[in-house]
Amino acid sequence: MTLTRRLAIGLGLAASLMGTTAVAQDKMRIALVAKSLGNGFFEAAARGAEEAAEELGGTEIIYTGPTSTTAEGQIEVINSLIAQRVDAIAVSANDPDALVPALQKAMQRGITVISWDSGVAPEGREMHLAPSSDALIGQTIIKLAADHLPDGGKVAVLSATSTSTNQNTWIAEMEKVMGEYPDIEVVATVYGDDLADKSYREAQGLMQSYPDLDAIIAPTSVGIVAAAQAVQDEGKVGEVNVTGLGLPSEMAGAIESGASKSFAIWNPVDLGYTTAMIAHALATDEAAAEPGAEIDTGRMGSVTLDETNSAAMSEPFTYDESNIDEFKSIF
Amino acid sequence: MSLADGTRPRHLPDRLSGRGARVLKSWELLLFGIAVLIFLANTQASQYFLDPWNLSDATFNFTEKAMIGFAMALLIISGEIDLSVAGIIALASTAMGWALQFGVGTPGLVAIGLAVGLLCGAFNGALVTRLGLPSIVVTIGTMSLFRGISYIVLGDQAFNGYPESFAWLGRGYVFWVISFELTLFAVFALIYGVVLHKTNFGRHIYTIGNNPTAARFSGIRVERVKMILFLLTGLMSGIAAICLTARLGSTRPSIAYAWELEVVTMVVLGGVSILGGSGSILGVVIAALVMGMVTFGLGLLNVPGIVMSIFIGALLIGVIAIPRLVAKLRRS
Repeated sequence: MTLTRRLAIGLGLAASLMGTTAVAQDKMRIALVAKSLGNGFFEAAARGAEEAAEELGGTEIIYTGPTSTTAEGQIEVINSLIAQRVDAIAVSANDPDALVPALQKAMQRGITVISWDSGVAPEGREMHLAPSSDALIGQTIIKLAADHLPDGGKVAVLSATSTSTNQNTWIAEMEKVMGEYPDIEVVATVYGDDLADKSYREAQGLMQSYPDLDAIIAPTSVGIVAAAQAVQDEGKVGEVNVTGLGLPSEMAGAIESGASKSFAIWNPVDLGYTTAMIAHALATDEAAAEPGAEIDTGRMGSVTLDETNSAAMSEPFTYDESNIDEFKSIF
Repeated sequence: MSLADGTRPRHLPDRLSGRGARVLKSWELLLFGIAVLIFLANTQASQYFLDPWNLSDATFNFTEKAMIGFAMALLIISGEIDLSVAGIIALASTAMGWALQFGVGTPGLVAIGLAVGLLCGAFNGALVTRLGLPSIVVTIGTMSLFRGISYIVLGDQAFNGYPESFAWLGRGYVFWVISFELTLFAVFALIYGVVLHKTNFGRHIYTIGNNPTAARFSGIRVERVKMILFLLTGLMSGIAAICLTARLGSTRPSIAYAWELEVVTMVVLGGVSILGGSGSILGVVIAALVMGMVTFGLGLLNVPGIVMSIFIGALLIGVIAIPRLVAKLRRS
């Protein structure tokens, strides 16, 4: 390292230190970064994080994210959060690898970094909070369909994009337990790209290609609503059961019309709450992110980190006509 | 003044010191004024804006797009357009990731990125100049074609594990806060500025954009010039693909999604007429700075991305409409 470079870095450090003192905030600022804005799931998670912030006191939640679900967009958001010197960044990643350099830079500058919902590669975060375990979700989505098909039948999967980490893992886990359902056949997997119109067309296509289809499993909150709408419009209520993962507020109509008999989701409010609790605990050094560590998460109890520093919040919860009215106004 | 058949003659500027140049100059001045205003507003709005490292991080918002923007400006001035640039990035990045699996080193990866860019540009150029197809249709087609190949190769997979020396091309710093990408941006701005404004080739581009028939009769090899411009746009997309891939450290088929519109927005905001025939590299440089500062400044205030898009859209319409309105008022 040359003398000029050493000087430059020293000056830079001094400047940034002075900067920190000058702009020191009394509040702890936790940034909750969504895959994209305008998605009901992330809005609900942000409300949960706000709830945690109120409970903790002296904490401010910055809820932000890119307009479209791209890694480049999230990197821009992360760069501006680093520039603001927030205390913690909790991100639901659009790409587990591409965010690593930006998040490593954040960690080098003393920012606590965790991922939640959709994970970041281990070198790019201190810990990851999964809403549930992938195996449990995979088992749940096929069980939801099977529960209403005692005599077996044909089911199809309507997923998000072909590159969605979450959906692909869940579908793989679902396929692992297909042996338990010998009479159920998965006839196709199609991709609606998490766009309402494309998902709708793909669902229509499924019903045309497989006239004897019994169920559509959509493990995405956009796809499931579009599929239920397509079933209703095709007049196939009662013939094709739409299930998977969805938001109660968006699925209430489908439950009422009978297009969907039941669906599951973890509670995004709980997920946002737990994420904020963990981010706060790590940023204040009340807890350390290391394998086997147990982190207290307020009303959600606690989570335990596995050997990859990941933790699962809880099992997905099933919603049907018995409880939809209670939850549809929550998220 | 009107011709015998009653139509008005088309104004064809033949040197930069004419009336056209004054309009051009005022356009860039207006844009520069906006850039200064945005800069001042940003320093007032956020205490974190005036920090060399923060500003340096923010330059990554536009450097790659602007590099394509320079070549795109030439292409649009000549009356053509290339909407497949983001598709070329995806394909070039995929080709590099694929080669990486066979242990190809940094020089090889760079060569592959450049070669794929050039090939894609040649493909677009051949369809437009040899078959005489409209470039907007051709490149809307190749936009899906190039990215589609990436999706077929990669599906839901990603290529990663790029070597450190390659990563430097997207994350490295030449001196203090001056990144390698920012240096490339400056060098290309200079090269394209000289080519467009100081060479015969540059004059030919304006002539073709203003009146391709007249250009042909003046002995300009229109097809050849257009072919070179498509090759340049492909090459710059290849260079952007190298920088972006190095910066992200991974290749996914969704890489640089929808960048073509941002690049075209930057070029048009820079004062390049979408109808061809006028524009300058200086304008594109200022437009890149404006877009970068707006994105970063609003990001610092945690303004949602959709509001940023609205702001850029309004800026684009405003900057284009104001000179026309002024001209209209003057005439009446």
